[in-house]
Amino acid sequence: MDRPLTQNIKPDLSPVTLDDYRRAGGYEGLAKALKEMAPADVIGAVKDSGLRGRGGAGFPTGVKWSLVPQGESAEQKYVVVNADEMEPGTFKDRLLMEADPHQLIEGVVIAAYAVQADTAYIFLRGEYHLSASRLEQALGEARSAAYLGKNILGSDFDLEIHLHTSAGRYICGEETALLNSLEGKRAIPRAKPPFPQISGLWGRPTVVNNVETFCNVPHIIRNGVDWYRGLGRGEDAGTKLFGASGRVKKPGLWELPMGTPIRVLIEECAGGMQEGYTLRGFLPGGASTDFLLPEHLDLPMDFDAMMKAGSRLGTGTMIVLDDQTCPVRMVLNLERFFAQESCGWCTPCRDGLPWVVELLEGLLAGRGRPEDLDQLEQLARLMGPGNTFCALAPGAAEPLQSALKYFRADFERYLKPASTARVA
Amino acid sequence: MNETRILSEQETAEILAAAGHYPDKSAASVEALKIVQKYRGWVSDEALKTVAGLLEMSPDELDGVATFYNLIFRRPVGENVILCCDSVSCWMLGADRIREHLSERLGIGLGETTADGRYTLLPIVCLGACDRAPVLMVGEELYEDVDESKIDELLKRNGQTWTDR
Repeated sequence: MDRPLTQNIKPDLSPVTLDDYRRAGGYEGLAKALKEMAPADVIGAVKDSGLRGRGGAGFPTGVKWSLVPQGESAEQKYVVVNADEMEPGTFKDRLLMEADPHQLIEGVVIAAYAVQADTAYIFLRGEYHLSASRLEQALGEARSAAYLGKNILGSDFDLEIHLHTSAGRYICGEETALLNSLEGKRAIPRAKPPFPQISGLWGRPTVVNNVETFCNVPHIIRNGVDWYRGLGRGEDAGTKLFGASGRVKKPGLWELPMGTPIRVLIEECAGGMQEGYTLRGFLPGGASTDFLLPEHLDLPMDFDAMMKAGSRLGTGTMIVLDDQTCPVRMVLNLERFFAQESCGWCTPCRDGLPWVVELLEGLLAGRGRPEDLDQLEQLARLMGPGNTFCALAPGAAEPLQSALKYFRADFERYLKPASTARVA
Repeated sequence: MNETRILSEQETAEILAAAGHYPDKSAASVEALKIVQKYRGWVSDEALKTVAGLLEMSPDELDGVATFYNLIFRRPVGENVILCCDSVSCWMLGADRIREHLSERLGIGLGETTADGRYTLLPIVCLGACDRAPVLMVGEELYEDVDESKIDELLKRNGQTWTDR
């Protein structure tokens, strides 16, 4: 089975050197793009490949790129790598950056050629120190080998990539907040439209994609669209990094075809639950996705299939809930995170999340009233899509609303009899 | 401006080099604050004002940035900052116990610094190592699959060497 994203990664996770990367066909995709393809052909290939964004939203990558104004305009354009991996439960981009940094760089250069950008930034979360040093090392190697800089591989295409490290704030992963942060401001989301492809960094057309998304691009260009589409087992194309954490026997990360059943990930790759624990449910794609249950294990890990089941594929890194962890306390942990990381820009998020935390804390402290559960449901609706500038609060609502649906009895167990609760 | 008096030549040079990566100097705001922190551990009001001058920002604007990010310290911290992950996967696998053990060993709570100025204990959100939970970060080093004995070992081992950062 082809595992393009991790094929070069060494068992000890030491970084793939430029020589190793080239020996395995690295930078051939870039050479092909620059020598044989017009920028529009590259966008066409990525569109036809069916690649969907690996940061969580699953937006078709080629379509995103095609929204950037094309043609012989002298306007400055940018490509930005969203390497602000801070979604709780998510640990996939770190592996790609630490273990095979040239794969990311090649993907960025091809993307920049496709949209005709001459500057790119890698927006990296501040805590990823090892990723930072390995990326700097690889960027230096790429510059020396003419994969970056002026007249890349003898073409008339120029690109410089700068590494920009952040200082810890989850909201920076939201693409418009990321742009504000990259401009040196507080990371507050921007209203959309205009979308970044039209008006992004410093008001210029900008493409923002996740690390893993860029890492797919060299393989699509080198091996072709048909090969890439053939990698998926279901509706979606390609492979993806999937992970599992929690009380499974072997927590970890695996590259699997899109469309692989969840059961393969949790029971085969992760070895099932640890002795003495049973599976209660799981968040399929990080903290901001709806819970799913054991009955969902045979679902394919595809974007649309997960949506139909009432959740999202998200980042594809699953957080497993066992039968001895209280789902109410787990939701409190998640909501505290979202409340803390809210940027405070809009009301449903800034006020709604602390309210959720307060209600959950009250419930756990024995101060809960039956109407609190209705209030929590109402808050989840209030923080839902369409009421906020960005996806932080809607994301926070997902584990809350699904926990209230699937684990209702666990919430009710904390309720005091109505007569005594009134007094408090 | 007394830039040179407050920031070293090295700090100023590094900040200006970072600013060169962007069409607008203020984009280097976070990087500049991190450079100051690398040499001083934290960002004082005087340092902040000087950096603001270098980046052509107002001090208030730069302070708005500084206070927004979890890892920019506007108060002194210990020589070694211990970041305890409290996000969901680590929480499920005993992060509270780990933090309590650290608190007990160091005699400080979250947000506090030991009397000898050597350690500061802070919470941190998901460090992206959930398959090796619970995890800690000490300085720039990630510690995975942490338990009480590993913490004791770490503190003992670093008892002698942690002063040369």
